[in-house]
Amino acid sequence: MRLGLVPLLLAFWLLLNQSLAPGHWLLGLLFAVVVAALAKRLRPLGARPKRPLLAVQLLWHVFCDIVRSNIAVSSIILGAPHRQPRIGFLDIPLDLRDPHALATLAMIVTATPGTVWAGHDQANNILTLHILDLQNESVWIHTIKERYERPLREIFE
Amino acid sequence: MPLSELPLWFALPAALLLILSGLLTLIGCLGLLRLQDFYARIHAPTLGTTLGAGGVLLASMLVSSGLSGRWVIHEVVIGLFLVMTAPVTTLLLMRAARFRERAHLVRPPERQETKRSAEEDTP
Amino acid sequence: MLLPAALYFALCCFGIAVIFATVRLWLGPSAQDRILALDTLYINGLLIILTLGMELGSLLYFDIALLIALFGFVGSAALAKFLLRGELIEP
Repeated sequence: MRLGLVPLLLAFWLLLNQSLAPGHWLLGLLFAVVVAALAKRLRPLGARPKRPLLAVQLLWHVFCDIVRSNIAVSSIILGAPHRQPRIGFLDIPLDLRDPHALATLAMIVTATPGTVWAGHDQANNILTLHILDLQNESVWIHTIKERYERPLREIFE
Repeated sequence: MPLSELPLWFALPAALLLILSGLLTLIGCLGLLRLQDFYARIHAPTLGTTLGAGGVLLASMLVSSGLSGRWVIHEVVIGLFLVMTAPVTTLLLMRAARFRERAHLVRPPERQETKRSAEEDTP
Repeated sequence: MLLPAALYFALCCFGIAVIFATVRLWLGPSAQDRILALDTLYINGLLIILTLGMELGSLLYFDIALLIALFGFVGSAALAKFLLRGELIEP
């Protein structure tokens, strides 16, 4: 039984139905408990996130980075006829091992415009990133290692 | 209540958000057209799925809350769903593109050009 | 007055964006380019539906947008998976 899923599914049910009537609470709670009980079989490995405040801070950092890279990618596209961007792959060695943390890192990196997760070597724990405008490799490595990987390690490991 | 009588503190942020996200989505699709390489193009639509969709969803929340006189926030569901699914599609496409390039099903454009110029040089 | 103008502006932007994505869908050149264009098309369709819902002041459009998000993702993911493996359902 995934207890964390119950309030999430209940909140979704109430949001979708646009009501806080007691009947909807009851029906939503029933559905949430049944689905949460079934979800354990779908994926037996559970995540144990710690430090919610750090997670909120990480979310805020990701939002700021998304806004910043939106601006950067827009300017690249508007300048594209004269100057095509320097695309390239970048290999970054990771210290992160937890699969949920890796999945979260993949979502963060791919959701940010300008970077896409292009692969992960499980044996050597090396991440391959694809970057739209590869000017300064050390800046990218620093961003991934310090800004995303360190909080993710503290949250998930 | 008609749309033009919406109070200003709902209408003004909603209008700004709509203009911003419209421009961002348009720039994203322009990038789809303008950039030369598939690996460059895969970055362009992310503009529309992050801030573009986010702006329209926020504006929609503001406008429907203002129109119906209560809090309408069920757009959060679409936002969460987009946040969860859009990176998955991009990841799968990236893997598919790299797999096809490795399997020589498609030739990357640089290699095609060098081949063509080499053919022109030989005769 | 400001909000209807912004709505029309956003609709125009999304409409032109749909045209750009359609041109990329037409030109290709590779299959993954076409799938990327289709992915962009469904996102733009969703945004157009949401904007129309605001303009017509109806909450019904929300459900349509939610369905477009659900089915668009399933379609794009299935197409990308097909490119990756050549089959959708693995034994």
